[in-house]
Amino acid sequence: MIEAVDLTLVNWSRAQFALTAMYHWIFVPLTLGITIIIAMMESIYVRTGNPEWKRITKFWMTLFGINFAIGVATGIILEFEFGTNWSNYSWFVGDIFGAPLAIEGIFAFFMESTFIAIMFFGWNKVGKKTHLLATWLTAIGANLSALWILVANAWMQRPVGMQFNPETARNEMNNFWEVLFSPVAVDKFLHTTSSGFVLAAIFVIGISAWYLLKKREILLARKSILIASLFGLVSSIYLVLTGDNSTRTIATTQPMKFAAIEGLYNGTQGAGLVAVGVFSTSKTDPNNENLKDFSLKIEIPNVLSYMAFLDWNAFVPGVNDLINGNEQHGIMSAYEKMERGKLAVAKLTDFKNAQKAGNDSLANVLKTEIMDKAFQDNFFKYFGYGYVDDPHKLIPSIPLTFYSFHIMVMLGGYFVLFFILSLVFTLRNQLENRRWYLRLAIWTIPLAYLASQAGWIVAEMGRQPWVIQDLMPTWTAVTRISAGAVQTTFWLFALIFTILLAAEVKIMLRQIKIGPKH
Amino acid sequence: MFENLSHFALQQYWWVIVSILAALFIFLTFVQGGQTFIYRIAKTESERSLLINTLGRKWEFTFTTLVTFGGAFFASFPLFYATSFGGAYWVWLAILAAFVIQAVSYEFRKKPANLLGARTFEIFLILNGVLGTVLIGTAVGTFFNGAQFSLNDLNQVDWHTSTRGLEAVLTFHNVALGLAVFFLARALGLLYFIFTVDHELLVARSRRHLLYNTIPFLLFFLYFLVWLLLKEGFAVDPETGVVSMEKYKYLHNILQMPVNTILLLAGVVGVLWGIGSSLFRNSNKGFIFAGTGTVLTVLALFIIAGFNNTAFYPSIADLQSSLTIRNASSSHFTLTVMSYVSLFIPFVLAYIWYFWKVMNRKKIAESELAEESHTY
Ligand code: HDD
Ligand code: HEM
Ligand code: HEM
Repeated sequence: MIEAVDLTLVNWSRAQFALTAMYHWIFVPLTLGITIIIAMMESIYVRTGNPEWKRITKFWMTLFGINFAIGVATGIILEFEFGTNWSNYSWFVGDIFGAPLAIEGIFAFFMESTFIAIMFFGWNKVGKKTHLLATWLTAIGANLSALWILVANAWMQRPVGMQFNPETARNEMNNFWEVLFSPVAVDKFLHTTSSGFVLAAIFVIGISAWYLLKKREILLARKSILIASLFGLVSSIYLVLTGDNSTRTIATTQPMKFAAIEGLYNGTQGAGLVAVGVFSTSKTDPNNENLKDFSLKIEIPNVLSYMAFLDWNAFVPGVNDLINGNEQHGIMSAYEKMERGKLAVAKLTDFKNAQKAGNDSLANVLKTEIMDKAFQDNFFKYFGYGYVDDPHKLIPSIPLTFYSFHIMVMLGGYFVLFFILSLVFTLRNQLENRRWYLRLAIWTIPLAYLASQAGWIVAEMGRQPWVIQDLMPTWTAVTRISAGAVQTTFWLFALIFTILLAAEVKIMLRQIKIGPKH
Repeated sequence: MFENLSHFALQQYWWVIVSILAALFIFLTFVQGGQTFIYRIAKTESERSLLINTLGRKWEFTFTTLVTFGGAFFASFPLFYATSFGGAYWVWLAILAAFVIQAVSYEFRKKPANLLGARTFEIFLILNGVLGTVLIGTAVGTFFNGAQFSLNDLNQVDWHTSTRGLEAVLTFHNVALGLAVFFLARALGLLYFIFTVDHELLVARSRRHLLYNTIPFLLFFLYFLVWLLLKEGFAVDPETGVVSMEKYKYLHNILQMPVNTILLLAGVVGVLWGIGSSLFRNSNKGFIFAGTGTVLTVLALFIIAGFNNTAFYPSIADLQSSLTIRNASSSHFTLTVMSYVSLFIPFVLAYIWYFWKVMNRKKIAESELAEESHTY
């Protein structure tokens, strides 16, 4: 059953998915946050009746519209790529994974697309209150879009609420609520949406700062900065808290990812947190390019243990413990897991063969054995390891994960300070004469995008090689097609997306230069 | 409630829902059809803008319906998702590419500094109109003519051609459906202009073009339908799941499911009435009849493809790999959960309907575009 898989194919398919997802994620976080900011602004307009607020609302809406279109364009590709590029995966988990996608369509996308039309074209067609409602529903719809897909993603990081069915050779859902409220899903939703809020707040502040530097649109800029810094400050604190929670969840559910995030090779008790680290360029382990040593690091003792398990002296397993096992701390080696996985795979093959041979009694016996709880918990749990031939493949790229995580976290801290600063300057009416701050605000925009992309790299690269943690590695998930075909579509999409992105950035910059309508 | 239904009942229920989404999607391709006319019917820049804005306020619905159709198909019949999308790779990616370029074109077309120029985005809209409809119609044709795949023990797909789905165009019956969808979308687009645009010249031109698009639509559609009734079909034995070829299978489906046949006929009459009344009686409301007729017709065709022990996605490479609503579906539990979710669909349709009416209360005119703050 284990066939030689073409790793070039796997890598091109991964690259294509990463490309599409990362492009999608350029547009989505802005949508998540700016729709809420717009809705807040319109609420003030409806409250006060001040036409200045209407003008402000409409200005940010225009920028949102430009961003939205291209987010939709990349989203549809992602949805269908599950089928086109990960067809084995689509069957293996479709019973669980499909549901959130469908719910997302029914609840969120229709909501967003209905009310967005009213938001843009309904100013003269519906009453003020109805229009405001439509704006809020657009914002809610956008964030609901995030919910369901993140539930699906969280399930891949930590599969719950399902049971394997040997007859159909796939996982079947048996508890919807467990899937929806899995702690990973909750963390992911809160952290990801709030990261969108922070990014949007920074976007609004940065552009407003540019107007202040140019001494244009002073009123619009000041009012926008006020709203955005309040919203941003609250969201950023929340973002840090939910990120911290995510870290703890990973420590228990995805220890390998956790070790990669921290660049921890050898587990210790009372592990220290590497606050700043630089990897050496030489290979430490000739067998694995992912294993690199630090050439420089600043470590804070015991903090990592506390972060992970709320215990200053807890044992944190490192990469080597996870591969070679650590009896003292009860950590099973990857070799053992591979053995157990192979046993699970073999039993499934036996079952399929018995079925094919028409030997129903044997098939039934095997089925009962597979479904047995002890077998599930001790063997089937490691099903995916049965397809792993070299334990080194179980290690994600450590430098990439480590750097991404540290960049994200440092920027997270910086954003909190940034919002405090902008709030102080706004309240003291000092914005216009703090030109350094205004320049800083503009430069913070790309940093927000950087942090946001880095977050997904941590989440998605850190779980490699698993598409579904412990159950399905990438090379068994991929559609069997020629690598050349995927390569062709990769470049095709890379070209289309890049042209569209360039167009959008140009349009956006021009619209900012033109400014709001008078 | 749903948990007490049999697995098969849920499978049928979900086939109906997926079919309804497909039917709504084909109806909503009036946007795509309309897009192919932005040069033919509009002679001046401002006429063109009027048409594009008319369609632009609805494109999201078509797009979202396609997305939701995909999601619902994934949730209820994941094996189809895995088999067809992964297998007929080139067809689906071509369809996707055609929709990617649409999504941005409305918003970017008139914006200053849009890099490619308004013309390019208009050409994108036309490409989307042509490719989107023809390819999807052709792909649906394979529901009746089969595709080149086989599945192994673990339900992993192998495709037997290197053209990966593009070979569907070699079967004229598939292409006939693709072209029928294309001309139907165009006719619906014209009817939509007649229905909602406040501009005498444009309406008059739309009426003129209506005839030229109805004739090819009828030719291709009738060819598709008649050939469907005459051809062999893919029958499934409900007891053993064995698939076999049956003479006149689809004709049998028509005869054995009279209610569905009435739907089909009502649908065809609706489409013809909508078009006819606009052509010969100068009616403006043809869109409503033709639209409803389209929904009924497509729904009935999907039912013929999947119900009455028929394989809805047959394999001509390995007959026993063919997909049926029984072997391709999600588990009983998942279908139950999804069925509860489906109870919200009428509510979603209701608010869409309500706000559609609110937004279309007044016909769209050039004067309105001049006042609007957001135009395409
Ligand atoms: C619901 C599922 C889901 C969601 C919400 C996301 N992804 Fe993802 N991602 C996958 C499902 C997935 C996947 C299909 O499972 C991939 C393909 C191969 C793999 O291992 O995982 C993947 C791979 C993948 C990779 C490549 C990792 C590698 O192959 O080494 C990157 C960089 C991203 N994704 C980035 C993102 C970004 C920026 C997202 C935010 C929009 C995102 N993902 C959301
Ligand atoms: C791989 C995973 C993903 C898939 C398959 C996917 C799918 C889609 C699709 C099909 C659309 C277009 C919807 C329409 O027709 O209106 C879309 C748009 C959107 N998606 Fe995703 N998406 C993914 C990841 C995400 C993530 C992680 C988030 C947020 C956390 C998100 C949030 C949104 C939002 C807000 C939109 C609206 C468009 C925009 O504003 O840019 N998506 N997505
Ligand atoms: C100081 C604070 C932060 C901490 C402790 C933190 C922690 C984390 C962790 C551990 C993950 C991985 C989750 C997983 O693999 O399941 C993650 C993911 C992510 N982070 Fe952060 N983060 C912080 C700040 C930020 C900032 C400032 C942004 C962006 C503006 C951001 C955006 C993201 C995104 C988009 C993801 C991917 C979604 C997810 O997996 O939740 N984070 N973060």
